Amino acid sequence: MQPTKDQMLWMFEQMLVIREFEETMVTIYLEGKLPPDIQDGLAFDIGAGPVPGEMHLAAGQEPVAVGTCAHLKKEDTVTGTHRPHHFAIAKGVPLNPLAAEIFGKVTGLGRGKGGHMHLFDIEHKFSCSGIVGAGMPPACGAALAAKKMGKDWVAVTFLGEGAANQGAFHESLNLAALWNLPVIFIVEDNSYAISVTKEESTAISNNADRAAGYGMPGVRIDNNDALEVFDVVGEAVARARAGEGPSLIECKTDRYLGHFQGDAEAYRPEGEVGKLRENDPIDLLKNQLAEDGMTEDQEKEIRDRASATVTAAYEFARSSDDPDLSETTMHVFV
Amino acid sequence: MSNENNRELTMAAAISEAIAQEMDNNEKVFVMGEDVAKYGGIFGATGGLLDKFGPDRVMDTPISETAFIGTATGAAAEGLRPIVELMFVDFFGVCMDQIYNHLAKNIYMSGGKLKLPVVLTTAIGGGYNDAAQHSQCLYGIFAHIPGLKVVVPSNAYDAKGLMIEAIRDDNPVMYFFHKGIMGLLWMAYFTGSTTHVPEESYTVPFGKAKVVKEGSDVTLVTLSQMVHKSVDAAKVLEADGISVEIIDLRTLVPLDKETVLNSVTKTHRLCIADEDYLSFGLSGEIAAIVAENLDSIDLDVPVKRLGVPDVPIPYSRPLEQTAIPQVKHIEEAIRSMMN
Repeated sequence: MQPTKDQMLWMFEQMLVIREFEETMVTIYLEGKLPPDIQDGLAFDIGAGPVPGEMHLAAGQEPVAVGTCAHLKKEDTVTGTHRPHHFAIAKGVPLNPLAAEIFGKVTGLGRGKGGHMHLFDIEHKFSCSGIVGAGMPPACGAALAAKKMGKDWVAVTFLGEGAANQGAFHESLNLAALWNLPVIFIVEDNSYAISVTKEESTAISNNADRAAGYGMPGVRIDNNDALEVFDVVGEAVARARAGEGPSLIECKTDRYLGHFQGDAEAYRPEGEVGKLRENDPIDLLKNQLAEDGMTEDQEKEIRDRASATVTAAYEFARSSDDPDLSETTMHVFV
Repeated sequence: MSNENNRELTMAAAISEAIAQEMDNNEKVFVMGEDVAKYGGIFGATGGLLDKFGPDRVMDTPISETAFIGTATGAAAEGLRPIVELMFVDFFGVCMDQIYNHLAKNIYMSGGKLKLPVVLTTAIGGGYNDAAQHSQCLYGIFAHIPGLKVVVPSNAYDAKGLMIEAIRDDNPVMYFFHKGIMGLLWMAYFTGSTTHVPEESYTVPFGKAKVVKEGSDVTLVTLSQMVHKSVDAAKVLEADGISVEIIDLRTLVPLDKETVLNSVTKTHRLCIADEDYLSFGLSGEIAAIVAENLDSIDLDVPVKRLGVPDVPIPYSRPLEQTAIPQVKHIEEAIRSMMN
């Protein structure tokens, strides 16, 4: 399945927004976390600064998110992982409340209560979880609901390759196939479950092969390429919308940054990330667009627009208010 | 650190040293879990073990908790002594059946014929804004389940002795370390948790609370990181003439009721400072034990309980600092008991 020019331009711009959002966060996240502003003897303080707590960033993993979400409409559901920003952005979650949630502000998606791993955008039907593998069963639920209500909506659930060893993965695949649910399971294979490589954790090299055990199509994509993702996911989404059931897709992708920011990555071979960056997926798509006639002026306009969106979102987040302390005990129940 | 006799260790180093010494002593002891080998445990509790003992005895696992925790139960039934880390206590939901229906019950259901020497270790606690799924304590849930011993150290000395005791125990032991006292280079911590730790092997017995500080006006029952907040609060109160006796429970199962009751008999006031959820948990249990003994104890004022007020841990810093009891909350609670 080939994208239209507009779809290609959309994917390009979304990838730029995601990359800028994530790489800007690398810098913001370090504010207040380094000596001499922290406790004596510490190298880094995870709980300090305007964005405390763990931070899992997705620079390098943009193709999976944009190649998939290019096929989705607002009514389709997406569930993401602990590394969720790229999925949220590609699904259409507005950047301002997304950024504000990451800053813990009252203008955030969850009024500052969820934080970066726990994003809920009801309108754009996006959610995620900090628990590995936890997004798959709820995606089956969204798909079941669509089917029961007679809609052609689909659900997409993203997971890491490490999550394919969770019970929830196998149970969800079986349930989805058994009930012929319109759900697409998309594995982001970035090679690492924190420090543990896929080879060390997984009995087979290709998770897409596991689809056979549940009687559904399984496809592996070996390149970190938005156009390949678009092609393969497009077919799966079309099948799901047509009532032909679930699919499992595994996409090779690249994690440019640590598992979390502050991760020393001693487990990673030296120079690995530099090599990965030489085949950057944004350049790959840009070159294709240039071949198809995108001018330098057009490219600059897109880049400037992406950059301005991200800058505005982080300014909005910084200038927003903290939640009032009275909110601490609110919203446990509706 | 210059003099071995005064050697100080962080809690993380004390735990890994305890495990290493027991692995040296007993070839049946082995370690498995997520990121325990190459990484040395996300919170350093298994640091250096892979280099010393190799991948057959220090095993990284897939993210398959039901499988590897059930595997520990099965291996222990065959006579091995697994130590299993599951990164955050918040993650136990995915494998709870293997714990609360099997690991905890199999000894009883076998009529006491089975031994299950499993140590499950995990990180607990908030204070660094890791939000609702990475900041809980939850030891109360495990203490509620019959058949699990529950260990919650507050400092490096106890951490080592309690770990060795746990590994030698023929029953399942849940061992909870608070992230904010491990002495990590990347997270602020209470430095009082880094203590002198003897190099030789030693045990700290289960079911023996420690009187951290003697006092005469109020008994403050606490554990884990909250011990250090309590010490800070007591210093401020002491300056105002309020004498606080601090009890570090160290283990919840077995629970040292006697030390608590003796102290409250003396002070006539009881405050409990806990980082777990307030309702149906540790603080209620301690209050109930005292209530059951009111025939021999006179309380001057009602019991005060501090805990997370039955809300998920919020991400936003000001909300998190409101939800989790802080030094000032302990101080205020105790002042309110003195009128």
